[in-house]
Amino acid sequence: MRLLEVRDLRTYFRTEAGVARAVDGVSFGVEAGEALGIVGESGSGKSVTSLSIMRLIPEPPGEILAGSSIWLKGEELVGAPETRLREIRGNDVAMIFQEPMTSLNPVFTVGDQIAEAVRLHRKASWKEARARAIELLGLVGIPDPARRVDAYPHELSGGQRQRVMIAIALSCEPDLLIADEPTTALDVTIQAQILELLGALRRRLGMAIVLITHDLGVVAEVCDRVVVMYAGEVMEEGPVEQVFREPRHPYTQGLMASIPRLGQETERLAVIPGIVPSPTAWPTGCRFHTRCPYGWELCVREHPPLFPIGGDRGARCWLETHPERRAAVDRATGGFLGLAGVGAAALGAEGPIALEATPAESWHRRAAGEPGVPAPEATAPDAPARPLAEDPDVERDVER
Amino acid sequence: MSGELPPAKGDSDLRGATPDELRPPPDTLVEVRGLKKYFPIRTGFLGRVTGQVRAVDGVTFWVRRGETLGLVGESGSGKTTTGRTLLRLEEPTGGSARFAGQDIFALGGEELRKLRRRAQIVFQDPYGSLNPRMTVGEALREVLHVHDLARGAAASARVHELLETVGLRREAEARYPHEFSGGQRQRIGIARALSVEPDFIVCDEPVSALDVSVQAQVLNLLADLQERLGLAYLFIAHDLSVVEHISDRIAVMYLGRIVELGDARAVVASPRHPYTKALLSAVPALDRAARRGRIVLGGEIPSPAAPPSGCPFHPRCPHPLKDADCARIAPPLAEKAPGHFAACIKEPAYVPESPP
Repeated sequence: MRLLEVRDLRTYFRTEAGVARAVDGVSFGVEAGEALGIVGESGSGKSVTSLSIMRLIPEPPGEILAGSSIWLKGEELVGAPETRLREIRGNDVAMIFQEPMTSLNPVFTVGDQIAEAVRLHRKASWKEARARAIELLGLVGIPDPARRVDAYPHELSGGQRQRVMIAIALSCEPDLLIADEPTTALDVTIQAQILELLGALRRRLGMAIVLITHDLGVVAEVCDRVVVMYAGEVMEEGPVEQVFREPRHPYTQGLMASIPRLGQETERLAVIPGIVPSPTAWPTGCRFHTRCPYGWELCVREHPPLFPIGGDRGARCWLETHPERRAAVDRATGGFLGLAGVGAAALGAEGPIALEATPAESWHRRAAGEPGVPAPEATAPDAPARPLAEDPDVERDVER
Repeated sequence: MSGELPPAKGDSDLRGATPDELRPPPDTLVEVRGLKKYFPIRTGFLGRVTGQVRAVDGVTFWVRRGETLGLVGESGSGKTTTGRTLLRLEEPTGGSARFAGQDIFALGGEELRKLRRRAQIVFQDPYGSLNPRMTVGEALREVLHVHDLARGAAASARVHELLETVGLRREAEARYPHEFSGGQRQRIGIARALSVEPDFIVCDEPVSALDVSVQAQVLNLLADLQERLGLAYLFIAHDLSVVEHISDRIAVMYLGRIVELGDARAVVASPRHPYTKALLSAVPALDRAARRGRIVLGGEIPSPAAPPSGCPFHPRCPHPLKDADCARIAPPLAEKAPGHFAACIKEPAYVPESPP
């Protein structure tokens, strides 16, 4: 039995512009002790997925549709009463977020906040809970924990606050930690520390991790398996090394080719043209067809299922059932993406450059024809109009 | 890329020349020497100055015409303050800055306005720098009016041209900022910077808030514009991969100082400063096989209000030769290989065999 099994999860929101199908039929599983990465751009539905697992979606306007299932250790969470959910959150599943400062209470010491979490989930005196808080602060690598336990959140740096959030999450020894962009607000050297900590804690405590991020590199550092989301759906999934060595879905390919990589000279980056469509009006057929360089009429008409492609992998792309087209695409991309993991030395001097040029071009040809004003449905009607800044902003200073 | 030697060199000694001792190449557009920007710390009811935050503490670099210099660093490194002070969005505490030979820090009102026709800035958050009640067309026309560049039909034609230049349709001019996606808003920010036909643009984290696929679109646009218009960029960002991709040369900042400066490929392929090495190794790599030995730095970045003595990096430095000298001697940004500078006294200097 898997620790977590999400089946056909649909989380919709009622908005003025219509029903936003933020998460639309997402399935995946997490084994005990496994680290799963959920990767996607903004609007892909990755964060709504994680909040749905915690049942933290405000209902209304949100709604987890009937037919969705979230099994945690064999227990169905969809439809479970709030009292039971509260026991599960904290005891079995804990969550950390991007902005630790907003999750910490500024008027209580971090020790009090950890101790409170400890006492919420087990019988312990305040004294015992405080001792446990110090122990947890040490576990997450806060120096001098016996003294820092009395610090207020504002006295800590961003990296230390995230460590405190992890300590609170660990206070109940969860089987599953959901981390939503846990290092996005941190500097890269501090990010390295936190990722290292997450890896160490996972090995030590045997805890499973679901890591939600936009950063493919972070997934590669931490995770065993990856789920690539786009437009509320899983586009591709599989073991991290395989997916990143040989991405099968054109979206994953485009995403990987559009990231500049250290030490690899690339004249032009490949580009996925256009913008993420609106969740109130997903495109027909394959939701990626409006931005895909390889699409044909089938993609416009028919919605592709997530095809199993062997080795525990899947891709939601019609190319999987059209081998002759698949072969043509592989030829066009020169297998470049498959070779991305091979060092430049192994390819010889000309190798990477010659191979890279092809996919970047094929992506770019499409991009060149496609500048554009957003379609009316792509605008954000729910974005609050910002009050006009009364003080002249800096940029107008430049122009004055 | 610019692999050339600096053309002239002052007295070089055994520790290697520093940029301060070098004469910039003849096609230099922006020259910054010993730039300092301190912010006072005020405390108490009377607001007495009780200390200084040394945001930028003696920074020297130059940017050539058509070149991109990447300025990379973590929070508190002073990279953003450097860009802002250079354009006089902040008043400098010390040092000098010249634009096409003209002393930026000595300019008065009208001259400063003229400078801003030639030196522009693009911000991270285009939404925060666009007036939400003005259509894109109005915002662009306003800039053209302020600088007396075009009016009436000529202004409209120029607005259309600018929008096309940054890959937006003409119809965009009638829309408001909130109607655009993040990437499109950044294109508008770039269009506005371009409207005055500058030679130089400070790009302050221009792609940090964008999704990766959109980030690539904007990076390509910046590269195209540079090629077409011969622009020079000071490209400020925290993401080393992005900086390496777009830059000819890279300056790495730490606690208000440049700790390494050199050709972009050289800095990434053979970093000379232990901080740069740690920073490079901390970037999450997609391919596990190619991953470098990870150097996880201990501790946090110290406060620029109380930087450590000697080398500001010494408390966190993993260099095997680190010793008491590092806490004592402020390391000069010295040449370690031709055109490649690093501020580390434990790295051997580059000394030309025969003095020029």
